[in-house]
Amino acid sequence: MIEEPFAQGTSFIHNMEPRIKILAAFALSLAASLCSHFSIIRVYLLISVILVTAARLNFGALAKRLKPLFLFLSMIWFILPLTFEGRVLYHYGRIRITEPGILLSAMITFKSITIVLVFTALVATMTVASLGNGLHRLHLPDKLVFLLLMCYRYIAVIEEEYNRLLRAAKFRGFIPRTDLHSYKTFACLAGMLFVRASLRAQRVHKAMLCRGFNGKFHTLDVFLPNRFNSIFLRAIVCMSLGLFIYEQIWF
Amino acid sequence: MHISEGVLSGPVLIAGAALAVAGTAIGLKKIDYDHIVHVAILASAFFVAALIHVNIGPSSAHLILNGIVGLLLGFSAFPAILTALLLQSIFFQYGGLTALGVNTVVMAAPAVAVHYLFLPFIGRSPRMTFIMGFLSGMAAILFSSLLLGLALWFTDENFFKTSLAVILANLPVMVIEGIVTGFCVSFLLKVYPEIISKKKANHD
Repeated sequence: MIEEPFAQGTSFIHNMEPRIKILAAFALSLAASLCSHFSIIRVYLLISVILVTAARLNFGALAKRLKPLFLFLSMIWFILPLTFEGRVLYHYGRIRITEPGILLSAMITFKSITIVLVFTALVATMTVASLGNGLHRLHLPDKLVFLLLMCYRYIAVIEEEYNRLLRAAKFRGFIPRTDLHSYKTFACLAGMLFVRASLRAQRVHKAMLCRGFNGKFHTLDVFLPNRFNSIFLRAIVCMSLGLFIYEQIWF
Repeated sequence: MHISEGVLSGPVLIAGAALAVAGTAIGLKKIDYDHIVHVAILASAFFVAALIHVNIGPSSAHLILNGIVGLLLGFSAFPAILTALLLQSIFFQYGGLTALGVNTVVMAAPAVAVHYLFLPFIGRSPRMTFIMGFLSGMAAILFSSLLLGLALWFTDENFFKTSLAVILANLPVMVIEGIVTGFCVSFLLKVYPEIISKKKANHD
């Protein structure tokens, strides 16, 4: 169920150092989220499309990944034009469609697609282990990186536990319905999940202590210094900063 | 309960990120290396619990359970929820990088509030435990939707009706989270009281 469909690949984006990709993704998404003009946001969208193309991602998997976003956007297009105040473009009885509502929906569509594509191209193209490595080298607190890696490691295990519990419940004739009994069953299931997680944590911690764990994770990934990495990062940061300043001055 | 990318304004995003950093810093400070594995694996349990779908009439909703995470972890809920949300955005693309701060605050601040409001009353009697569990689950979602509504409203006053819609849409979720959290806390207290009482001993 939990997959990382984009983490493996051979494009130059896949081979880039995690730290560089995190910084570039952060700079681009921040700049795009602060943008408020259509002529500028189109440039960001173009950059994000170029990045996705350069990463040579599987198109089907990408479309699947964008599905929740499109559901959200269709909700936005449904709600905002009807609830915003402003110049009325069209009205039918009491239903009014306003211009600011349409404009804002369009802006949100552009921005969210841009940011999601940047995230997919730059962050989803590395494994969580590499992400941890990158965050560590960006001097994020050790404990936070540890939490991320450990949480990632045990999600699959806990999910397996959940499937086992659910299977056991189904063998005993449990059919989920909208009633108190079903909610109670799910509550006990979730409770059991927390109990098992906690007991497992004790075992894992003891096992780690036995192996000499002293609060540090050592990474085995080695990324050689590469001039292309720093050029890429500088280009992305300059572009983001340039567009941001351009928008502030000229608009 | 996620807000997608591209909706909120710059100041709201930055304020959210600042609050998330502060909360996470306090939370991390409270975790020592003897408990960090515990927090990490409970964060995975929180991630998996969000995959549980319960029926509401013809439709269904997934559990959130930030109330329970708050009761079990206190301030450590901040880094735990931040981690789970980051992994959710990597795996499923719910939320993302710029809204991560706001989303963390929306989910984790209510969890911490619930911890301090209701944990002291849990375990006094079975009925009290269920009621307090119910209130924790409900209040956590109520506070979360209020925070989300507030974030939208600060972005643009025209979002007022949307904020109301968000809060109204979450009313059935509140009731279900309340029921599930109530049963879940009662269950935990019967089956494995240490998971709650250890936390309580630290708390008192």
